[in-house]
Amino acid sequence: MEHLDQLVQQAIADFAAAADGAQLEQAKARYLGKSGSLTERLKSLGKLDPEARREAGASINAAKTAIEAELEARRTALREAALLAQLAAEALDVTLPGRGAAPGGLHPVSRTLERIEQLFGSIGFVVADGPEIETDWHNFTALNTPENHPARSMHDTFYLEGHDDVLLRTHTSPVQIRAMQAHVERFKDADTMPELRLIAPGRVFRVDSDATHSPMFHQVEGLWVGENVSFADLKGVVADFLRKFFETDDLQVRFRPSFFPFTEPSAEIDVAFMSGALEGRWLEIAGCGMVHPNVLRFGGIDPERYTGFAFGMGPDRLTMLRYGVNDLRLFFEGDLRFLSQFR
Amino acid sequence: MQFSEQWLRTFVDPQLDSDALGHLLTMAGLEVEEADPAAPAFSGVVVAQIVEAEKHPNADKLKLCKVDAGRGELLQIVCGAPNAAVGMKVPCATVGAVLPGDFSIKAAKLRGVESFGMLCSARELGLSEDHGGLYALPEDAPIGTDIRLYLGLDDTLFTIKLTPNRADCLSLEGVAREVAAVTGAAFRPTEVSPVAPTIDARRAIVLDAPQACPRYCGRILRGVDAKAPTPDWMVRRLERSGIRSISALVDVTNYVMLELGQPLHAFDNTRLQGAIHVRFPRAGEQVLLLNEQTVAPAPDTLLIADEQRALALAGIMGGEESGVTLETTEVFLESAFFAPEAIAGRARSYGFSSDASHRFERGVDFDLANRALERATRLILDICGGAAGPIEEAVAPEALPSRAPVLLRTARARRVLGITLDDAAIQSLLERVHLKVERDGEDFRVTPPSWRFDIEIEVDLVEELARLYGYDNIPAVAPQGSLMMTPSSEHRRPVWDVRHLLAGRGYQEVVNFAFVEEAWERDFCANEDPIRLANPIASQLSVMRSSLIAGLVGNLATNRKRQIDRVRVFEVARVFQRKADGEPVAGFHQSMRVAGLAAGTALPEQWGERGRAVDFFDVKADVEALFAPRQLTFETLSHPALHPGRAANVLLDGHSVGFVGELHPVWVQRYDLGSAPVVFEVELDAALQSRMPAYREISRMPAVFRDLALVVGLDVTVARVIETLRAVAPEVVKDIALFDVYHGKGIDPDKKSLAFRVLMQDTQRTLEDAEVDAAVAVLVQQAETALGARLRGAGD
Repeated sequence: MEHLDQLVQQAIADFAAAADGAQLEQAKARYLGKSGSLTERLKSLGKLDPEARREAGASINAAKTAIEAELEARRTALREAALLAQLAAEALDVTLPGRGAAPGGLHPVSRTLERIEQLFGSIGFVVADGPEIETDWHNFTALNTPENHPARSMHDTFYLEGHDDVLLRTHTSPVQIRAMQAHVERFKDADTMPELRLIAPGRVFRVDSDATHSPMFHQVEGLWVGENVSFADLKGVVADFLRKFFETDDLQVRFRPSFFPFTEPSAEIDVAFMSGALEGRWLEIAGCGMVHPNVLRFGGIDPERYTGFAFGMGPDRLTMLRYGVNDLRLFFEGDLRFLSQFR
Repeated sequence: MQFSEQWLRTFVDPQLDSDALGHLLTMAGLEVEEADPAAPAFSGVVVAQIVEAEKHPNADKLKLCKVDAGRGELLQIVCGAPNAAVGMKVPCATVGAVLPGDFSIKAAKLRGVESFGMLCSARELGLSEDHGGLYALPEDAPIGTDIRLYLGLDDTLFTIKLTPNRADCLSLEGVAREVAAVTGAAFRPTEVSPVAPTIDARRAIVLDAPQACPRYCGRILRGVDAKAPTPDWMVRRLERSGIRSISALVDVTNYVMLELGQPLHAFDNTRLQGAIHVRFPRAGEQVLLLNEQTVAPAPDTLLIADEQRALALAGIMGGEESGVTLETTEVFLESAFFAPEAIAGRARSYGFSSDASHRFERGVDFDLANRALERATRLILDICGGAAGPIEEAVAPEALPSRAPVLLRTARARRVLGITLDDAAIQSLLERVHLKVERDGEDFRVTPPSWRFDIEIEVDLVEELARLYGYDNIPAVAPQGSLMMTPSSEHRRPVWDVRHLLAGRGYQEVVNFAFVEEAWERDFCANEDPIRLANPIASQLSVMRSSLIAGLVGNLATNRKRQIDRVRVFEVARVFQRKADGEPVAGFHQSMRVAGLAAGTALPEQWGERGRAVDFFDVKADVEALFAPRQLTFETLSHPALHPGRAANVLLDGHSVGFVGELHPVWVQRYDLGSAPVVFEVELDAALQSRMPAYREISRMPAVFRDLALVVGLDVTVARVIETLRAVAPEVVKDIALFDVYHGKGIDPDKKSLAFRVLMQDTQRTLEDAEVDAAVAVLVQQAETALGARLRGAGD
């Protein structure tokens, strides 16, 4: 029996010495294989008498069980060691940069326009559009600015060669006329015309180019026509917009009497921040007013029944104020070092 | 308009400091653009007289002066000015004075001689750039008086930006009237009393065009000394209004224009022949103007003429040959009303503007001519002496502007403004600006004064009311509207989706000018007849673009110059083409497009990726993504901007919606781009169209895949192969997708191998091998017969 104990001890030692799975299986074969020492002993049991056979058989089986348990334990240990080694070998420098494409971005003025559309969209303003090559009639006459009106000299206009009656629109206000006409046409058979609430962002053009003027720039027109639209509503909407746009109540908004042929009463809108680099300075950011009755008439709307307000603001200026950009020309130079800051 | 606060306060003097006055003007609609001090801050400078002036004992260029500064004893002051002379009155900075630039005056020794102050030039006081010598003060300047007081230097120069409707404020009286109205302070207009004629000199006046000139007043003054100096107070007020003193006669006409708002003109009476005619031009007439410009007046330009010739452009500018000079002794003074529509735009058509035309085209008080003429007469007689004849006045009363009462429905005014103001308060506000208010039932009838040209309809009164009530006092309310949801379609995406999609694929949005240089249109669009601007600001911004590509190429060049090699940019903007029946503006087609450009490596430079240059297929994938889930098709294209073998027409539902391709190597070289970018441009409208998803039942039966490698000629396109196979594919074939292209070893040089994976499936049952084999056989046979293909591996 001592001999069997020795055999078990030897097997345990052999298994422990096996460095990997293959060596372990070789060692197993020496004990439990077809001609393994333990197998041989089992085979030799037949030569014994039944009493001795039972006794020896039990001993051998006990030894076999012990060896098999040890084998399984060693197998598990080796598998775990191999996995650990594999994991260690597979370890990454997780501080290496991620791979793949990098996103681009929207133009800073587009960011502003998208927010303007969202903010006005939240109170039911739809987005309208109009042509950039515009008729003189839509750009001026229908906006209550007839030929020779002194207000025409307020806009230095680009004209097209060979055409007297078309120009590059100097403001987004002609969209008011087109939108009113379309609205009236759409509801001509209805009992009541629904309110018209729109904004019209777009590019406009004036013969002007210096540090603070670009020959092409952006404007956003706003228009609300209904049966009970008042100047107080205009003040409410614009002030609400500005506070939401700049995400602060720390903002003064001032309406100052002014003149535009297409609105009356008219106002310039100034804002002043109550903190920051521009603290306390009044900054002109929009013109607005109640739509002039002549303009409503040109749009096909009865000015006795309906009133409306309109505004035109400069999203370029709003963008500059919001992001602290100090040079308007940067918006139009396509310099990726500048544009990529707004991703 | 620029003016002095001190002068304004002679007409109205509210209890407000300069800042408050400026704010009040701005909030009354007379926007103060600038408010500058008349002189920089300094102190301790008084009027002094030089009593003695001797050579400095130790310096040739210095003088040793004894100066009376009103201190009881004379001050010894060393002075270097060449014009220092005995008897002269000059500003003297006494010891303790602080001059502009924080320069303190102390007692000092100059070349061994003590000096107790400094005699000043105008420049040293910051009053002008003149440093020719000491500032010579008038002989009657009172010695010892603080110079700031004497010269009225504690003054503010206001520059106000007047809107075109407020011509009535283009004068001191006009501004003062407004200030009085909003503050309630008393308004003190200039007192003008008629000058009784002392000679009987007359010149007849004929209104040949009474609609354009319904009133003309004139008067002859004789024995006038045109060389008489203009009084200092007048020079100062003119200068502080930005008008240079020229001569007494001209200064008086300018002064009265600033004071009252009536432009005047002074003719040399001896150069006039017979009656004055206010008429339109005759053929061939020319006028040499005061600005030395000779104009041939257009038929609608009103003239002042005598019986011989045209003298001046009425209400715009006088003539050089009939104006007053320093030799003039006889003056014919003109004070007239010209109708705004007879003046509007005329000066601009000759390329200039004048103070007179600026006022007349906006509207001058038509009852002012006589008063202004009397005022100017009095000033001329006081300054230049002489004797005045009677005023000749020609008037066509029926052609004068009418001031009809305007109906104001107070309820409507309240509704439009969103305020609650009772009728009495409304009446009181309107009366403050000299509007005549009469009750008419529930409403008011309001008559404007002769100087207001901006009150013709009810809304003009509503505006006036708002202004006088104060815009600040109108509440800001959250508006109430009738709520209706705005439409939201699944068949059309917002343009923001397009922008965000391209940004997500690595493109940066840019905004380029709509006008470009003509060469860009020729090179990138083969457009020889672009839409040209009549008045471009520069030749490189002279034609409207018909494609966005050139601008993006420009962006690439700009950024490459700044050492940025990898550039991916896009723009969403309008392009312009000629089109006779264009909508909505006839003659032009103006559609929105979206265009992109990619250059440099396909991915940003990074570890673990080989820096592969972006190619046609990368950008094609971007275009496909832009239209997904809609399927595009592509066909070869010849385009002036693009490489002829690497350009494709982009088709949606069989219609061309744009193109994609590599820039033509010729332009890569000409525009110095280094490597060729890949560009695309598509119609925005097409990119915005979307498709509502439609459910199809998912098959529970297993799919069967078969790979098919076909060897075809190099010129056979993938699209053609797939189309050809699809045409005959049995029902069970659900998809035929390309997964490999091979051209090289083992394949004839004029052939390529295209590998397709064919997906077969039936929704109801499992396919049998025989069916699958039969379907593949159909495809192979079609490829062989229709495309000359053979199955790869067969016979290799």
